[in-house]
This record gives sequence, C-alpha cells and structure tokens, in this order.
Amino acid sequence: MLLRQFFITAFSVCLFSCEKESQVERATREGILLIGNSADPKSLDLQVVSGVIESNVMRALYEGLVQFHPTEDLGAPPGAALSVTPDETFTVWTVRLRPEAKWSDGAPVTAEDFRFSYERILTPSFGAKYAEMLYFLKGAEEFNKRETPDFSSVGFEVTNPHEFVLTLRGPTPFFKEILKHYTWFPVPKHQVLKFGEIDMAGNPWSRVENLVSNGPFRIKSYRRNHHIEVERNPYYWDAENVSLNGIRFLPISNSFTEARMFRDGQLHITNTAAPEVVDLMNHEAPDMLRQEPYLGTVIYRYNNNRKPLDDVRVRRALSLTIDREALCDSVFRGFEPAYGMTPPMGDYDPPHGVELNPEKAKKLMAEAGFPDGEGFPRLKLLIASRETNAALATAIQAMWREHLGIEVEIENKEWSAYMVAMQELDYDIIGGGWIGDYIDPLTFLEMWSAGNGNNRTGWASEPFGEKLKESFQANNPADRYRLLYEAEEILLNDSPATPISWWGKNYLIHPSVKGWEPLLLDNHPYTNVRLVPQPTKR
Amino acid sequence: MLKLLLSRFLQGLLTLFVLITLTFFLVRAMPGSPYTEEKAIPEHILAEKKKSMGLDKPLPVQYAMYLYNLTFSQDLGPMIKKEGVQVSEIISESFPVSMMLGFASMGIALMVGIPAGVIAAVRKNSPTDFACLAFAMVGICLPSFVIGPLLAVFAGLNLRSLNVGGWNSATDWILPAITLGLINAAYLARLSRGGMLDVLSQDYIRTAKAKGVPAGKIIIRHALRGGLIPAVAFIGPAFAAMISGSFVIETIFQIPGMGQHFVNAATDREFFLIQGLVLFYGFLIVAANLLADLALIALNPRLR
Repeated sequence: MLLRQFFITAFSVCLFSCEKESQVERATREGILLIGNSADPKSLDLQVVSGVIESNVMRALYEGLVQFHPTEDLGAPPGAALSVTPDETFTVWTVRLRPEAKWSDGAPVTAEDFRFSYERILTPSFGAKYAEMLYFLKGAEEFNKRETPDFSSVGFEVTNPHEFVLTLRGPTPFFKEILKHYTWFPVPKHQVLKFGEIDMAGNPWSRVENLVSNGPFRIKSYRRNHHIEVERNPYYWDAENVSLNGIRFLPISNSFTEARMFRDGQLHITNTAAPEVVDLMNHEAPDMLRQEPYLGTVIYRYNNNRKPLDDVRVRRALSLTIDREALCDSVFRGFEPAYGMTPPMGDYDPPHGVELNPEKAKKLMAEAGFPDGEGFPRLKLLIASRETNAALATAIQAMWREHLGIEVEIENKEWSAYMVAMQELDYDIIGGGWIGDYIDPLTFLEMWSAGNGNNRTGWASEPFGEKLKESFQANNPADRYRLLYEAEEILLNDSPATPISWWGKNYLIHPSVKGWEPLLLDNHPYTNVRLVPQPTKR
Repeated sequence: MLKLLLSRFLQGLLTLFVLITLTFFLVRAMPGSPYTEEKAIPEHILAEKKKSMGLDKPLPVQYAMYLYNLTFSQDLGPMIKKEGVQVSEIISESFPVSMMLGFASMGIALMVGIPAGVIAAVRKNSPTDFACLAFAMVGICLPSFVIGPLLAVFAGLNLRSLNVGGWNSATDWILPAITLGLINAAYLARLSRGGMLDVLSQDYIRTAKAKGVPAGKIIIRHALRGGLIPAVAFIGPAFAAMISGSFVIETIFQIPGMGQHFVNAATDREFFLIQGLVLFYGFLIVAANLLADLALIALNPRLR
C-alpha cells in the first residue's frame, strides 16, 4: 500500500515537473536575456580588459560616443554623443555630448569624463593592454611610451562641459568605426578617483558594489564562474526604448555543456556551436541554428627566417596546394574559403591572392630546387591542441603530400607553449588566426608591418610598409582603400603567411529572441533585442 | 599517541614546504607567462604589468617575498590576469561549492560502494558477486566525461526538475554528485570486497562460525572492522580529492567549483593561483591522510 502511494506521488511529481515552464520561458516572460559567454570576464573595468568575452558584457554596461548599428556592419548611430563631426581632412573631430546622458548613479556624463578616461587608459604606469587602440589620437603613442611627460600633448581638447575636440595622427575617415570599440568608452571619473589614483591597478571601483556605468544596463549581480546579471539602467538617456529588463551572462566554457543547456531550455543564445552540434541541429532544428560570417581569418604562418621557407617560391607553392574549398566543406562549419588576408567588408573586397593551382606550385618548387619534393627537408607544422586545429592540419598535411610530394610533421603544443613558439619564431609552419577589432582592412593589414608584435613571421617588406604609410595620409576613402588593396597584394604575393578561410560564427538561438541580426563583429546592440514569448513549446 | 600526532604534523609541514618550493619554481619554468596572449601585449606595457606584480624581480627575491607574505600575513598573492582579485577570494568562493558536492558524492560512494563490496565478498562467486564486480569494473573503466554527459542527456533533458547544467536550484547537485559518487563507489566496492575476503578467510571468523554466532553478527561485529581497512586507507585521499573539485565534472555540469581552477590556472599561467591551489590541496591531503591514519588505528588494534 505504502509502495503504491510512493509511486503515485513520484509519478505526479514527475508529471508536475514536466509541465513546469523552462528557465528560458520564464526569462522570456520577465524580459531577461540568457546568453552563453564562454568564460568569466577578467574585470568589469573596461580599460584593463582586451577580450571578446569582456566586450560582450561591456556593451551592456557602457556606451561609447557612437553605437553599433543593429542590422548593418558599417554605420554608427549616435550614442553618448549627439554628433561626432570631422573636418574636411578627417583629422580633427568635434564631439558634442548628449546633455541628458547620465551615469547609473545619476551624475552627468561630461567631456571631462572622456578626457579622464583617455588619459587613464594611456597613462604608462596604468599599463592598459589595449592602449594601442587609442594611438589614432595625435601624441597618444608618445605619451603612452613615456616619450612625452603629460597628457596635454595628446590631441584632446575640452571646449565646454559637453563638447571636446579630438585631433588624430592623420586623416581617419573610418574613425567612427574605431569609436565603437570599447577602449573608447568612458569611465566615471568621480567614481574611479573615489577608490584610487588614476593609474591604480586593480582599482576596486569596478567591483559590483561600486560599479557605475553609462550604458543601457547597470550591474545587478555577479558571482564568479556562475553568472553576471545586468538590469535596466533607469538613468540611461534612451531607457524607454530599451526592451529587455536585463541580461544574464553565463560563463559556459564547454560548448557541449552549452548546447545541452540550450536544449534543456536554460539559454536563449549560445556563444558557439561545435561542428557536431551544427550537424545535429541542422538535422533537428535548423531554425535555431545560425551560421554567420565573422570578422576573422584562419591563417597559416611560415617562418620567413628559416630555410627553405625564406624562399618566396616555396611559400607560394605551399599556399597554392591548399584546397580551401575542400577544407571549408569538411573541416569547418560555416566558414568561407579565403582569397585574401582581409575578409570582405563594406566597400573593401580584398585582392584574389590565393588559389588552388598544383601545377604552378610544382613548377615553383622545381625552380626553388625541390623537383617533386626531392631534397625538401621534413618541416614541422605546429598547432595548438584543439580538435579543429588537428583536423585542419592533418588535411593540409595530406594536400602537401599529394601535390608536392613533401612530408610535414604535425606537432601539437599546449596553448601557452604554442604562443611562445609563435612569438619567438621557434617554428617552421604554424596554424593560427586573427580576429579584427573594427571594420576596416587596417585591422588585418597593420599587423604585417615590420616589427609589429603580431607579425610573428620575420617578414618585413619596405613596399608594403610604404603603402600602409601612404594610406595613413590619404583623406579620400577611395584612395585609402586602393592603397590598402595594393598593400594586401604585396602581402599575398610575398606569402609570409597564407589565409585559409574567413571565420564563421556558429551558434544557437531561441526563436523568442528578436532583433539579433547577423553582424560581422558579432557586436549586437542589446538595446535592439526583444523577447517574444513563443506560443508552442520546444 | 601524542608523539605520533606530533611527528605526523611535522612531517606534514615539511611536505607542504617542499610542495610550495617545487611548485613555485616549476610553474615559472613552464614556457610562456601570464601575459602570453593571442594579441601581443606591447613591450612597454608588459614591463609595467610585470613591475606592478613584482614579476620583474629575480626569482630568488620573488620566492623570498612569496614565503614572507605567506608566513607572516597568510597572503596567497594576487591574481595576475584578474587585476584587483586575490587568490584567497577565488579559493574561498569556489571551495564551499566543491566541498558540498564532494560530501554528497562521498555519501553516494559510501552508501553504494561499501555495501556492494561487502555483499559481493559474503556471496563470493555468486551471481550477486559477479554483478557487483561488473558494476565496479564499469565504474572504474568509464571516465566521468562519458558518464556525466550520458546522465545529463538521459536524466537532465528528460526530467524538467533536473537541469543538465548550472548551480542554481537545490536539485542541481544531484547529477554531478551521482557521476562523481559512482566512480568512487566502484573503487570502494572493489577494495572492500578484497578486504572482506581476506578477513572472512581468517581463523577467528571460522571460530566464530563454529561457535554458532549468527552470520550477520559475524560480518558486522567481527569482519567489517578489519575488512574495511583498505577502503578506509583509500577514503582519506579520495575524500580530499572529491571536496577539492573536479575539472571534468564542473565543466560538464557548469559548476562554479574549485576543480576548474586547477586546470585553468595552469593553462593561464596564473602563478599565484596555482601555488595557492597546490598548497591548499596539499594541506587537505595531509589532513585527510592524518585522519585516515587515526581511523586505521581505531580499526586495527595492532597499529596502536
């Protein structure tokens, strides 16, 4: 009898629990977006961080002078500034701030806040990792490198409490795109100085209890490795047009855990979708799977200081025998075969500088002294231990064997060790990639200039450097693009590295999320996102 | 007894000191640094960063400073990448989660493993014994990264009251605790079966049987005490390992425990966090071993 009662109770508990609304359904009703964000941010102080994970949180908490456009990659609707206007040379930009803009504690956002913010991020002793992003400002690099003593030499002038003028190092027609990057967002001077000096590392102003921000949301709660929740900021100048009541960021590092949680109704949007998950969802719920281009390039670098890779014919031959189409079909999901180092963006279409041409490759190899791969040393191909990397390397290894008759050995290193090998040029060929910071070819080309810390190939080309330099002085956007195009041609011809594919972003999204459109930088303005309850259950 | 305790305590201190020293120099011998990043940090910024963390000083000086701070102000050091956060904060936030999960898993392991082992030993070579052995073998062979996702998919996805991941509701510990518990239950079952078989073939058990003592009483009063010795020796360190978290379990079930820090701190080259965790774990192991020794002495009069 007792046993029967037990089973009836257990059954009804199960039945009841099956009908309980899922976390996503409840969150949709409450207007809270649940979003996977891969890891815990290093800090909530936007001037000390440098990653994509942090950027996702910063966009909710802070607002820059201009905003991201909800549907277009280029285009910058006004944010904290009413207007950002260039002179005819695109060198001097006048910023008029929105007088009604406020911090989340009610204090007004002023020109002095911006001056203080830019001074702080550039102060050498503060040691901001991403200070480089502000080198567009005249004198910023010199100040950051202690070549000039104080901030007064930097091209920033406050003209009145709600207006300031930025003088750049040269014509920068795409400056508004740069302004979208969070390094250009303001921090509240009054709050930062309350807890420490301008250059204090680990200043506690950014702890949850002290954090003040100027974006559409303010911090609500934060538990490390558990969640970050932001809520509507009532002081935000456009608060009435913000649809969401809050966002909960979950630091889920394992993509399979994330996919399971999505299937279990615990997430609106995942950070990523592993190839296996993409295949499964394509089959089971294609409407919840998104595959979009992302501003990045998968790159194989050659060590230009080592023989025989110092010979451009060898580098080109290697590049000519990579079947990028096949790789995108079989190894990646949603990635496009690359034909240039820079993914197409806006009006910029990169030169078609790589192709599959084994015949030409064989000829080049023969000219370089390795007919049919004879006498070619056994090179090492270094990769970081991640699954996709290994599959890609194995496929390319086979292509080189088939077309050129050469053997490369795949070497797998733990991530940090791999990065060190790349930085110290302790490799023959190394797999990798690059994600752009802003929508302009410069973010993919500047790194290849001689001595740049991200070049990591030993390649240095004077003509390439010259073209880049010329582009810095061009104040006509079309001329500028032409110069960058020519620079990229030089880069692709010399092949210090070869592009494999343009990055793609695969993720899962619940049908209740509206206003989340494909964007190259994946920087969705949360102000545009709405949650609409779905009539039918999963 | 007091002498034994004191000697064990001093041994423990020495162990911890050697551990700290080895860890300190080993982590710094790894290739890369906390500042190794995909996008290179400019040299002049790197110099500022290292200076602010004291990482620009010679190694012996760094070591002396670390020991000094540790001994005199119990300071485990700062997080290098998470500026403004202390290692002690990371441990004190994540350890309670791991500890709770560890206790629950240990409970499951004890409740399943020991009875299974004892029953298998008593019913030696019977189908029950084979079933228990098979269970133990499967538990030992199947890693947690197989059992965990299987449980999450079959139980978590099908029962709304159980979540596949997260650490929010009171039921969220069930699946991870079962995963972690079953694996340890398997070891415990094998160890207690072996221990019990040893004891059950002893003369004093035969004597008890001959005297007509009931079977249940023989097992509980006479056999268990000696039969559990191998299991108890295992429980000490296993318990320390369980309450300090498991990277795999925490990643599979999205739990904010301490286990993930062991792995992430190493890949991120968070020097002070690695040292702090190793020290903390070392302390737990030393303490657990001491407790296990005491328990063994209580169980086995010959050790007294």
